[in-house]
Amino acid sequence: MAQSVGKQQPKPHLREEWVGRVYTFLCILFLLLTIFSMVYFVASKGLSTFIINKVNLAGFLTGLKWSPDSEPPLFGALPFLIGSFSTSILAAVIAAPLGFCAAVFMTQIMPKFGRKIMQPVIELLAGIPSVVYGFVGLSVIVPLFRDIFPGQGIGIAAGAVVLSIMILPTITTIATDALASLPAGLKEGSYALGATRWQTIYRIVLPTTMPALLTGIVLGIARAFGEALAVQMVIGNSPHIPRSLFESTSTLTSAITLSMGNTVMGSIQNNALWSLALLLMIMTFVFVFIVRMLERRSKL
Amino acid sequence: MQDIGLSAHKLSVHYGEKAAVKNVSLDFADRQVTALIGPSGCGKSTFLRSLNRMNDLIPGARVTGDIWIGGENINSPQTDVVLLRQKIGMVWQRPNPFHKSIYENIAFGPRYHGIRDKKKLDEIVEQSLRRAALWEETKDRLHNSALALSGGQQQRLCIARSIAVKPSIILMDEPASALDPVSTAKIEELIAELKQDYCIVIVTHNMYQAARISQKTAFFMLGEVEEYDDTDKIFTNPQKISTSDYITGRFG
Repeated sequence: MAQSVGKQQPKPHLREEWVGRVYTFLCILFLLLTIFSMVYFVASKGLSTFIINKVNLAGFLTGLKWSPDSEPPLFGALPFLIGSFSTSILAAVIAAPLGFCAAVFMTQIMPKFGRKIMQPVIELLAGIPSVVYGFVGLSVIVPLFRDIFPGQGIGIAAGAVVLSIMILPTITTIATDALASLPAGLKEGSYALGATRWQTIYRIVLPTTMPALLTGIVLGIARAFGEALAVQMVIGNSPHIPRSLFESTSTLTSAITLSMGNTVMGSIQNNALWSLALLLMIMTFVFVFIVRMLERRSKL
Repeated sequence: MQDIGLSAHKLSVHYGEKAAVKNVSLDFADRQVTALIGPSGCGKSTFLRSLNRMNDLIPGARVTGDIWIGGENINSPQTDVVLLRQKIGMVWQRPNPFHKSIYENIAFGPRYHGIRDKKKLDEIVEQSLRRAALWEETKDRLHNSALALSGGQQQRLCIARSIAVKPSIILMDEPASALDPVSTAKIEELIAELKQDYCIVIVTHNMYQAARISQKTAFFMLGEVEEYDDTDKIFTNPQKISTSDYITGRFG
């Protein structure tokens, strides 16, 4: 009898195994499907600007003028590209040294205080909604810049400052984890040769963890690149290439959020916004690719 | 009696309330290998680490007593730890090469002690590698990553790195216990070679190794030195039962 039972129905643990497999497989399938359809949707919409509406791709990427309502409509996305790149890179330039120093402090100089108090506080920054950042930027940073520098205070500089605070947790957390997972004995080896703490940090700790630190920066830039709301609130939103850091301009994201509600689905104006979204998505892929390359290098 | 390279006098190490090393007084002769043996947790590694003030780095560790090198007590707050560690090299159980080229690993220490001249650095690198019996294997790839070397080579690199700052004393904490027998033999050969110029203190769990390479042996137990004598005597005619028990493998 025992034999016939074994043959007729699978043993309970094997059934569990099977259920688990099917369940994880379905989850993965769902995930892949979502990602694939999103990419497909954005790409088909974004490309139709060039295929259906016959907008020149080179003109789109290098054109200086964005006026979808003029006759004929002009779609030059270069000001947005410049706006996006300059704000996110400037934000990383501001945030990276701060994040590194915070990470060095939290892991090398005051580990107890750092990991128990400072790290949670910095990670808290990541949980603040972006509208709050934008609001603070608008009511603190913009007036401050207006008083100090010529212009309205809005622009790339204000956007970069707001973004730098937003990406600080990303950079700091990744840097902290990298520094904390430094191979044991490396620091001691350096101290034993008579190096001071600063020399050890500067010559051994930082170079050894450099790929991870760069990963943090790239992820930070990626986040800044995709951030819309906070930037939109402080950047001014005029589609021109600014002549200074304190002049109104736009980014890819702020251009999309600003005009999204004012276009009709399927119209050339709407499709052009999708093309901006496609550009954003491609850039994000590039950033992810760079991170992958850095990670591979760090394993050597 | 030989010259004394390093001498500990009533040295105690406390971690918080717990005493890891109690009142240890030992003299280490110059140009000789002294082995520290004893069961795990007996305080021999802690003792070794306090000799070049590495315990300074551990929060809550307190080292009391004197450590004398050539008439200077180095266990005092006035001691320049950076200069001290130049005089005392250290090698660990696990090779810990920096994530740099072979050349840069060796040049790291000398650079920090003010040597910038490229020619001089080249010379130091070659000398140190030759001294550590690693030159022949690495001379054609000095600028390759040190991490590409085998474990035994990495350990010899670490020894070369510590001699590059021209110490007079080398501390070794189980330098061969993570290595295969062939690499171990090479390290032991190297220690025998280095003994002619340095005062070497080595912690080891391997009785045979202690017997092979050291001239003096100190047996540690529960943070105290049970017995300290010529290695021959410790291994053939130990004075204490605990020593003989340990050496013959009855505990530990």
